Amino acid sequence: MSIASTSVIQIIPRTRRGVELLLLVIAIAVSVGAYVNIGVTVQNAVPASTGYYAAGIGLLALIAHLALRYRAPYADPVLLPCAVLLNGLGVAMIHRIDLGLAIVAEARGNTPKAAAAPQQITWTAVGIVLFLVVILVIRDHRRLQALTYTAGLAGLVLLVLPLIPGLGVNLNGARIWIRLAGMSFQPGEFAKICLVVFFAGYLVVKRDVLTLAGHRFLGLDLPRARDLGPIGIAWAVSLGVLVFESDLGSSLLFFGLFLFLLYVSTERAGWLIIGGLLFAGGAFFAYTTFGHVHRRVTDWLDPWAIDGGQVKLGLMGQAWGGILGRGLGQGHPEATLYSQSDMIISSFAEELGLTGLIAILLVYTLIIERGLRTALGCRDIFGKLIATGLAMSFALQVFVIVGGVTGLIPLTGLATPFMALGGTSLVANWAIIALLLRISDQARRPQTPAAPVSDETIAMAVQKQ
Amino acid sequence: MNSAIRRLAVAAMILMLALMANSTYLQAFRANEINGRNDNNRVRDSQFSVNRGPILIGSTPVAQSKPSDDRFKYQRTYASGPVYAPVTGFYSYLFGRGGIELTMNAELNGSDPSMAFRRIIDVISNRPQQGGSVTLTLNAAAQQAAYSGLAGKTGAVVAIEPKTGRILAMASRPSYDPNLLASHDSEKVGAAWKNLNADKDKPLSNRAVQELYPPGSTFKLVTAAAALSSGKYTPESKVNSPAELPLPQTTVPLVNEDGKNCGGSNNATLTIALRYSCNTAFGTVGMDLGPDALREQAAKFGFGARPLTELPSVATSQFPGDPNEPQTAQSAIGQFDVRATPLQMAMVAAGIANKGEVMKPYLVQNVKTPDLKTVSETKPESLHQAITPQVASQLTAMMVDVVANGTGKPGAISGVQVAGKTGTAQTSKDRPPFAWFTAFAPADDPKIAVAVLIEKADVARDDVAGGRLAAPIAKKVMEAVLSQ
Repeated sequence: MSIASTSVIQIIPRTRRGVELLLLVIAIAVSVGAYVNIGVTVQNAVPASTGYYAAGIGLLALIAHLALRYRAPYADPVLLPCAVLLNGLGVAMIHRIDLGLAIVAEARGNTPKAAAAPQQITWTAVGIVLFLVVILVIRDHRRLQALTYTAGLAGLVLLVLPLIPGLGVNLNGARIWIRLAGMSFQPGEFAKICLVVFFAGYLVVKRDVLTLAGHRFLGLDLPRARDLGPIGIAWAVSLGVLVFESDLGSSLLFFGLFLFLLYVSTERAGWLIIGGLLFAGGAFFAYTTFGHVHRRVTDWLDPWAIDGGQVKLGLMGQAWGGILGRGLGQGHPEATLYSQSDMIISSFAEELGLTGLIAILLVYTLIIERGLRTALGCRDIFGKLIATGLAMSFALQVFVIVGGVTGLIPLTGLATPFMALGGTSLVANWAIIALLLRISDQARRPQTPAAPVSDETIAMAVQKQ
Repeated sequence: MNSAIRRLAVAAMILMLALMANSTYLQAFRANEINGRNDNNRVRDSQFSVNRGPILIGSTPVAQSKPSDDRFKYQRTYASGPVYAPVTGFYSYLFGRGGIELTMNAELNGSDPSMAFRRIIDVISNRPQQGGSVTLTLNAAAQQAAYSGLAGKTGAVVAIEPKTGRILAMASRPSYDPNLLASHDSEKVGAAWKNLNADKDKPLSNRAVQELYPPGSTFKLVTAAAALSSGKYTPESKVNSPAELPLPQTTVPLVNEDGKNCGGSNNATLTIALRYSCNTAFGTVGMDLGPDALREQAAKFGFGARPLTELPSVATSQFPGDPNEPQTAQSAIGQFDVRATPLQMAMVAAGIANKGEVMKPYLVQNVKTPDLKTVSETKPESLHQAITPQVASQLTAMMVDVVANGTGKPGAISGVQVAGKTGTAQTSKDRPPFAWFTAFAPADDPKIAVAVLIEKADVARDDVAGGRLAAPIAKKVMEAVLSQ
């Protein structure tokens, strides 16, 4: 059980910041290429805003990169470029749909809505600021352990926020948004981070107790009945989210997170079984009792029955994209409802095809697996749990929203990380990446504090041997 | 702890793989089905912006897309729209497609799998997608003659090349102008669509293949074919042919059209019976052969099967299932529940003309890519040997006699031997009978077989007879082809 007993591959302490810079250049080149491509196909000209777009995204990425060189030199070199790529492509697609919507509005003689892409770039800047704050202020993630219960309380408050009358708003049937000073926020996105910190801090302390075996059943060690309290509370809260906020996605996310961390900290598969049964029971109860949950399921079973339904339109967009896609600027992603936010994945699938969609899913997979790699390499249990929690929250979120959009599971209103239009989610995801980078810096740093060794020195050392 | 994290990593990978598998199924395997949905506006919009290929007759387009500067890049236009509308159909933004525009949609817009390679080249070289062309078998002169012949009437004409099954003419009137439905002006299109559907004369219906009519005396060709094939009859066999034939199980007798016996004889030969289209003679033959022999013979000519796959909603001609004796007698003269499309009756004439071999009729000669590479070329296909060549030549001689000496005189062409058969099908007392004429020429080396149906014409009720109304139209159509 101790860290020393499980084999961790010895990591040669290399900073890899040069690799990160190269990958960043590629990520930015792809994003700017997409932006230019869209301008050329839709407006027959390289857009005048290309310079701003390229400079903006390039500068933000460069700042983040420099911050890492300065304060987290051993951080994972793949995470930041992946996030920049997704963020950049997302802005390009939002811009493309802006253009599409403007054409439709013009054809109908309406005044087009304000473009959403500049907003998203602004939020990207806010996200990078938070990224810098996390990297520069939190010098050691272990300090967060002191904030365990504060984080728990904050998470709970953020979760409940949308339920406060006058503050929370119903959007697309779910009550997970709040409106403040004329802007909409999705507090659940930050609740997620707070709860990961809370779960990790709590489980570091309680894991020994929770590991104690109770009855053996079908070859599995089941936990003792008296230890079922925490999982019961987590279950009740996630069910509360489902019932009162009508959001199956958030509910699944929070409960799933707790369950995964419980499993990792105790290594008892019994917890997964109990949790799975609890969730299945809760979901079935909600399905039979609440109309909105029932409707989500019937919509999923037959998306074609609803005229103008977003999933139906999205599936048609995906099918129209086929294997190679229509090409950027040559499809009709604007024909789908919420094509910039919830349904942005189907917009990509339409214009970049199955090929592009799988490439994007692979970038998500890279982020998830690099996050879990960080957890494996991390030397303290608290850090392991946080990294696992953040990576798995990413995995669950991508699965729930992409699965919903592509008709694999019922659609719920989670944001597509880094891509979907929406400030809260974008900013929160930058904080998640920053936290993962912070932990990975510690995980990859040589055990005895040493001066960072550059790639060149290592190469020379290898040559000499 | 790390082993649990590793297991989670595998689980996360499985989740991502599930997403990829699901999208692959959707975008690679179900895409065609979803793209073909009627409510798929995205595909419709995009296809409206594709340079759709033309529908050609020879090298002349009867439907083509021309550049347009409104909200779509191309405007579908139909030269001589109403003449070809029953075949080309229409291509409408609001009301879908019809005819060849519907059945050959994938080829015309270039999305057909047979053009996949070309499409990939287009994608790579960044050329806009362009559709393939569909060349029809129609003969412009024959089609024009058929359409003009039907002027002021309600009816249809089908002409077939007997040796191949190529459809040379397919006209139906009243027709409509597909340009009205292809317009980009939604209001005008909506109004036109409403009018066309409200019209009692059903201009949107292709009478040549979509409507079923009692074939009347033209069905006597099938009865005669069954009789000659049975071995019991020759063209010279004498049959009972009084003015009035009492039928078993009923008090209503079978009567000849003119109320007289057959060409002055109560015991006429089959040749004479066909010449004067004697109901009593063929009623007698039909009862003698029985319904099964008649149905079998009809099926060999194509009854009971969908004859043409290249147009939508093609009706299947029928011979009644289990008629009693008097009903069999009525069926033998093309009454009771016998129903046929003009196409079917043209197939009967074409079968006799082609030494008894009925060819599968077809409308599409070939499909070509925009750079004129042939994607597919229709090859003539035999349906059935309906009758032996001997029986075919006997029937041909009898039909030549009909035109030379009998009811088919108006169909005669000077210098050319025409073989034909008239028909006048009674329906109900309050509506005029259907006038039919089916023929082929030249009798010794047939180039064209034709069937004409007049459903309604502005003439007095008693004046309707296949010979007088329908035969002149058939003559014009045959002349159009033979003079080429």
